[in-house]
This record gives sequence, structure tokens and C-alpha cells, in this order.
Amino acid sequence: MYWQKDIETMKRSDLERLQLERLRYIVDYCYNNVPFYHERLKKAGVTADKIKTLKDIEYIPYTTKDDIRENYPFNMFAVPMRKVARVHASSGTTGKPTVVGYTKNDLDMWADTVARICVAAGATEDDIAQISFGYGLFTGALGLHYGLEKLGACVVPVSSGNTQKQIMLMRDFGTTLLISTPSYALYLGEVIKEMGIDDLKLRVGLFGGEGCSKDIREQIEKTLGLFATDNYGMSEIIGPGVSGECQQRCGLHINEDHFLPEIIDSETGQVKERGECGELVVTTLTKEAFPVLRYRTRDITKLDYDTCKCGRTLVRMAKVMGRSDDMLIIKGVNVFPSQIESALEGVSHIGPHYQLVVRRVNARDTLEVKVELVDGELLEKFSELEQLANMIRNRLHSILGLDAKVTLVEPKSLERFEGKAKRVLDLRGENPKSEC
Amino acid sequence: MTVKQLSIFVENKPGRLARVTDILAKGGIDIRALSVADTTDYGILRLIVSDPIKACELLKGAEYTVKLTDVIVVELEDEVGALARMLALLDSHGISVEYLYAFIGRDKGKAYIIIRVEDNIKAVDILSGNGYSVTKEEEIYKI
Ligand SMILES: [Zn+2]
Repeated sequence: MYWQKDIETMKRSDLERLQLERLRYIVDYCYNNVPFYHERLKKAGVTADKIKTLKDIEYIPYTTKDDIRENYPFNMFAVPMRKVARVHASSGTTGKPTVVGYTKNDLDMWADTVARICVAAGATEDDIAQISFGYGLFTGALGLHYGLEKLGACVVPVSSGNTQKQIMLMRDFGTTLLISTPSYALYLGEVIKEMGIDDLKLRVGLFGGEGCSKDIREQIEKTLGLFATDNYGMSEIIGPGVSGECQQRCGLHINEDHFLPEIIDSETGQVKERGECGELVVTTLTKEAFPVLRYRTRDITKLDYDTCKCGRTLVRMAKVMGRSDDMLIIKGVNVFPSQIESALEGVSHIGPHYQLVVRRVNARDTLEVKVELVDGELLEKFSELEQLANMIRNRLHSILGLDAKVTLVEPKSLERFEGKAKRVLDLRGENPKSEC
Repeated sequence: MTVKQLSIFVENKPGRLARVTDILAKGGIDIRALSVADTTDYGILRLIVSDPIKACELLKGAEYTVKLTDVIVVELEDEVGALARMLALLDSHGISVEYLYAFIGRDKGKAYIIIRVEDNIKAVDILSGNGYSVTKEEEIYKI
């Protein structure tokens, strides 16, 4: 099933022709309508005429989150405020939020891109969709809301929190689609299990806002009895709708007729070869109110251009391996929380939750990985518990190249939040970073 | 001829042991014998209690990692060398003891040794065959 079949299955060469045409248009549009881009492009000597192939995008300078922040609130908008139909903003953990705007056309396009990822995941107009993202300035809830409405599903805008009520509505309404973060889905599953409820009609989960490991996904699928899919987006590009998994679940199809992706080396800024892993950079090709040229997402992934089994030709990005800002540097080694997840995947006797604790002891970094011991099988012999810890330690070592201390903790003792799981505790004084 | 023992995983944090005993006390469970073995991060608490099945359910309900195992409880004379003799006997039959702990009975003035071995049936045979009294499940709670 497709939402816009002609585009989703367009021949690669036709798609690239469309992208090039739109890229030339958007460069010109930015040059003429956004002072920030006017300056940048002028300085770099780039005009639409200089863009002859898609590769010529490399002449355009990158845009960063700091650039958007410095132009707070509306200085990067390309249209006067009377043309802006809505604004959203992302959280400012440090200082001002980043504000983005949408024209009526942008909202329409956005709803289509979201409808596409929902249909790809298996949603239909017969579904009852419960949106458990917090409504507000964040793009998550309203993005999915209008996309699902456009596709014809019945939307239940329950928002976040009040888990007991969420479950009651899910039961009473016969909710079939769940839209939330994977952490919240996992939490919902735990509560549902505790309440002994087994008559939910959930069918498909559309999870976003944070990464989701295979183990966590399996547990969600088991406790909620649904088919779990990931989707990806960020407000600076548009919000959700940038990419999402189809039912093959072999990568997230990027809506690249609107969002042109590149992969770069986050240290050097060099564009990587096709298929290589690096930071995702996105150029919006059609947005009117808030176009971005070569926006550095800080998300680490890779792209697969082969046509998918589902028939879509749209490029597939791998699950985000981590954020280059959330990347921890421990003893000079780059560590992504997702690497820890893959090290823990499939290990028996432990639960899917984990916490990383980074400390500095005598000017040296130390990494501790806490995991929950969830079954009593190994309680007869200390040596077996030690073997379990050692096995995890060896796995971590082979994936990270780092020695970590593995600590077994009691079930449910690691912090959980209704929204996102707190997985990293960086206790190294300077530049304290607690990643969610 | 074996007795059910609870093994409970507890983190080495203040108040963790107290919480376990509190849960059991509130559930009307009486603790007969107890042993804690620990590392720097966690310990394994082993308990012989008046109602092991109920205790296990209570603790699982409170999110503890718990295991029930069959152990042997042997009655010993409270005298010098009694334990060493019993261990030598088991050893001479090739039975290795995983761990053991002891408690003193309330009125008989006897010592009771709780031992965990791989092969309970064989160990019980040897012990009873050599004049040791092995405590039955239903007796343990009366001691
Ligand atoms: Zn596909």
C-alpha cells in the first residue's frame, strides 16, 4: 500500500531529475528570501546556476542548529509572518529554543509525508490511532495528528501521561494504532502486563522521538501485541515524516522528493561515499516558510539506495546509531548508546533497560554499564553471575574497544520516565551532559 | 528429604536487606535461617522460611529476582569437630558442597547445617546411612 504511489515508486533517474530541479529552485528561493542564506551563498559564490548536478550541492555551506538559534525567533523564515500558518519549537536545553514555521502549503505537504510513512507502516483509514506524544510546541504529536487525519484514520489525541487512562481509552475505543516513543510503549506494556489486560486491539505501533533497539522492539511487540515500526524526523527539517519504516523493516524510507539526504563525516565535513556511515545532512527541497540548506542533523546513519522489497524506490536510512552530540567520548573512544544496546541484545537473564555511568577517576574516564538481572536462574552460584557480567563485558569490549565495569542491579531499579529513558549519566564534571 | 530455600538478589545499598525482611514480616512469613553472601555491588540472600512458596510470590510481586532451590538440612551435635566430620564424609563420596550455613534450634540445643549440593538424593543417602539425621520439610518449621 502506498499513499502517493507515483512518487514513492518513482524511477531513480526521474526522482534525481526532480530533486535537481527542486534543489536549483530552493537555492534561488533561499538566496532571494532569507538574508542569512543570501549572505552565506553569496560568500560561497553559489547561485542556482552553479548547481548543475546533485553533487554540486557540495558548494553550499552547512547550516547548523546554532545558526537557527542565532536567528531566533523568525529571522530564517522565508515568508512574511502573515503567510506563516503555524510555528513549532524544539526544546532549548541550553538557551533559546529553535523555532520553525509552516505555511499552509507546508502543512499540507507535511501531512502527506506523514501519511506516507503511516501507510508504509501499515496504517489504513479504518484505524483508530492513539497519539501518546505530548501535544504542544513539539512537532511529534501534531505532525502525526494531521498526517493520520489526512489518511483518514480516526485520531485520538490523548497526549502524554496518565497511563491508566490511556489504557482505559485504548480498551474502550478499540485503539488499533499506537503513536508514542518506544520508551513509553515499553512502559505501557509493563503496566498493561501488571494489570493483566489481554483484550487490546492494538495492531501497529508507530514509534519515534528516540531510537529503539531490537530487544526493546521485541518486548514492545510481545507485551502490546502489535507490529512495531520506527519513524524519524526533526523539527528543523519538518518534524515527523522525514522517514519511516515500511513493513519490510529494512531501513526508513526518506521522503526524498522533499528532503534531500547526504551523509558526511561529522569531524571533517567531507561528504562520504554511498553506503558509508556518517552524519545525516538534509536539504528541504519544497518548504516555503522555513527552508533549510544542508542542515546538519547530528544523527549518525547510513543510506541504502537499492529498491526495497516493498516496491518503494525512496532511499532507506539505517536506524539512527546515535547522535554526534550524544556521542560520548570515553578514553578517547567514540561511544554511542546504541552500541551498548547491540552489545546487550540477546543476552539472557537481563532486561532491556540499561544505564551508562561515566566517571572520571584520577583523571581517567571509567565506564560502568548497569543492567537489570531479571531471572533467578543464576542465583545458585556467584561464579555464574560473574560469568554473566564477564560475558557482557567481553561483548562491550569487542564492540566498543573499551573496558567497562558491568554491574548487575535489581529488576526495575533503573530509572524510567514516562517519556524517554534516561540512559546516560555522565558524571565527569566539565561539560556535564545527561542524554535522554 | 529436602527443604525449600529462597535465594534473593539484592543490591549492596543501604536498606535493601531491611526491605526484604519487611516484605516477609508484613506477609506473616517467619525466617528460620538466613545467610548473606556478597560482592562489592550485590549480594545473594538465602533464606529458610515458614512458607517458601508464599514468600517467593511476595518477593516476585515486589520485583525481586528470586529462585527456589532444594537444600538439605542436617542436624548436628553441637560439639567440636562435628561439622568437619560431616564434610569429610561427603567429600570422601565425591560430593562437593556449593555453600553452607547454619542455625541453632530453639529448644533442642542442636545445630542445623544447611547444605547445597548438586545431587541431593545421593547426599541424603550417604548422610542417613552414616547416622545423620536429615530434617524433613515439615519439621523444619517446628524447630
Ligand atoms: Zn520498503
